[in-house]
Amino acid sequence: MIVASNLTKRYPGGYEAVKEVSFEIGAGDMVFITGHSGAGKTTLVKLIASVERPTTGSLVVNGQNLSALRASAIPYLRRNFGLVFQDQKLLFDRTVLDNVLLPLHIVGLPRREAVRRAQAALDKVGLLDRQKANPIALSGGEQQRLAIARAVVNRPAVLLADEPTGNLDAESATDILEIFESFHQVGVTVVVATHDPHWIERYRPHVLRLDHGRLT
Amino acid sequence: MRAWLTQHGAALEGAVRRLLAAPLNTFLSLLVIGIALTLPAAGYVLLDNLRDLGRSASGAQQISIFMATDADRRAAAEIEARLKQAGAGRWHFVPKEEALKRLRGGEGMAEIVASLPRNPLPDAFVVEPADATPDKLEALRQTMAGWPKVAHVQLDSAWVKRFDAFLRLGKLAVTLLAAIFAAGLVAVTFNTIRLQVMAQAAEIEVARLIGATDGFIRRPFYYFGALQGALGGFLAAALVATGMKLLAGPAAELAALYGGEFALHGPGLRNILLLAGVGAVLGWLGAQLSVSLSLRKFD
Repeated sequence: MIVASNLTKRYPGGYEAVKEVSFEIGAGDMVFITGHSGAGKTTLVKLIASVERPTTGSLVVNGQNLSALRASAIPYLRRNFGLVFQDQKLLFDRTVLDNVLLPLHIVGLPRREAVRRAQAALDKVGLLDRQKANPIALSGGEQQRLAIARAVVNRPAVLLADEPTGNLDAESATDILEIFESFHQVGVTVVVATHDPHWIERYRPHVLRLDHGRLT
Repeated sequence: MRAWLTQHGAALEGAVRRLLAAPLNTFLSLLVIGIALTLPAAGYVLLDNLRDLGRSASGAQQISIFMATDADRRAAAEIEARLKQAGAGRWHFVPKEEALKRLRGGEGMAEIVASLPRNPLPDAFVVEPADATPDKLEALRQTMAGWPKVAHVQLDSAWVKRFDAFLRLGKLAVTLLAAIFAAGLVAVTFNTIRLQVMAQAAEIEVARLIGATDGFIRRPFYYFGALQGALGGFLAAALVATGMKLLAGPAAELAALYGGEFALHGPGLRNILLLAGVGAVLGWLGAQLSVSLSLRKFD
């Protein structure tokens, strides 16, 4: 599903955030990318989500080589991913439901069908009863669950998260982990960048450890 | 196709929502656009009215064909046939008896006419040419002058030429004014959209991350620009129509003082739709420029 070969990302100025990284993530896997701060976790997530383009090497997602992808094709590729960010990137000028509806509007789903699916996604993360609330009224854990609902509403093949529990207490972090596990169990490929030792301990066989941009 | 329609519907709905979300801002923007379109539109409608006035003014753009005094009715019929053949426009025949009767009806003319030994007036045709451009009128006058039993052909071509030159100058001035105000309209839309893009930076960033195409992001702004321009066009049409209505009475009185009949007319449905269409196109253009420049920072 995701195959990286000698993948390198060099930023303007010469800083190499990811250096000749090679790995393979199969369909339905649940993988954690870990490492110290500045190890290149976020850059790797951005490369997989095609937010950043590789400098050298190749990255193949669902059979598509991202290095050779035309810029106009990138939005369509991104629809295969459910992206969850540490800062959630929620829209605070609209309701919880409207936040989850956004990806469905982007693909042009009719309103009635979109609302049905958004409500189902909110139900899955336990926020259906808060659908009319403004995200600002939610706790940190609830906001992260809302971000997950928005990420999965389009039924993506890959759920990609960057430090999704970075700002959460232990209890909320466990809730989030359980939600990710539930999606993994129904066949969704889950890739999570984290430095949370609890998660890393639990999923030791499926960890990609980065150190100064290199896999160790 | 269904997804495409849904997305366009949603973009249009979003644009309407944004227009209604800040009514005061919307009203002020519409007022600026409306006034920018009103000035050239009013100029255009006034010129249109002046053209009509020129057509209806007594003696203007008419050709009088005076027959020779010895011309009989058969000669007049021959001229009529030639007018028909030349497709000269509309005409009517004024027999010499009727001309004398009219002359007699003039103030203080009855005694003078009575003192004449015989009717000195010729038969005549008054022609309203189909094509009233000065060059065509002059060519027609020369042709008519060569017809049999025609003594004199009268065309006030100097007046027609002056009037035509005035109209052309007016048209050029209105066109220049329209170009300047069109640029103003584009600038107003550009700025409004730029502020909207800045206000919605977070939404644009998120939408891009989750797979929104450029078209999806740009579309609501385009619709907003076009809607704002079209509404500004309708406002301009309403302002022009109101102005014309206010001027119609005094203009008719002025025309009556000169012995004519003149009704000032408003922009008309076709011109109203044209004005809204021009506003929409300029609004769309302003939005396109603004979005293209504003979205660069998201790349």
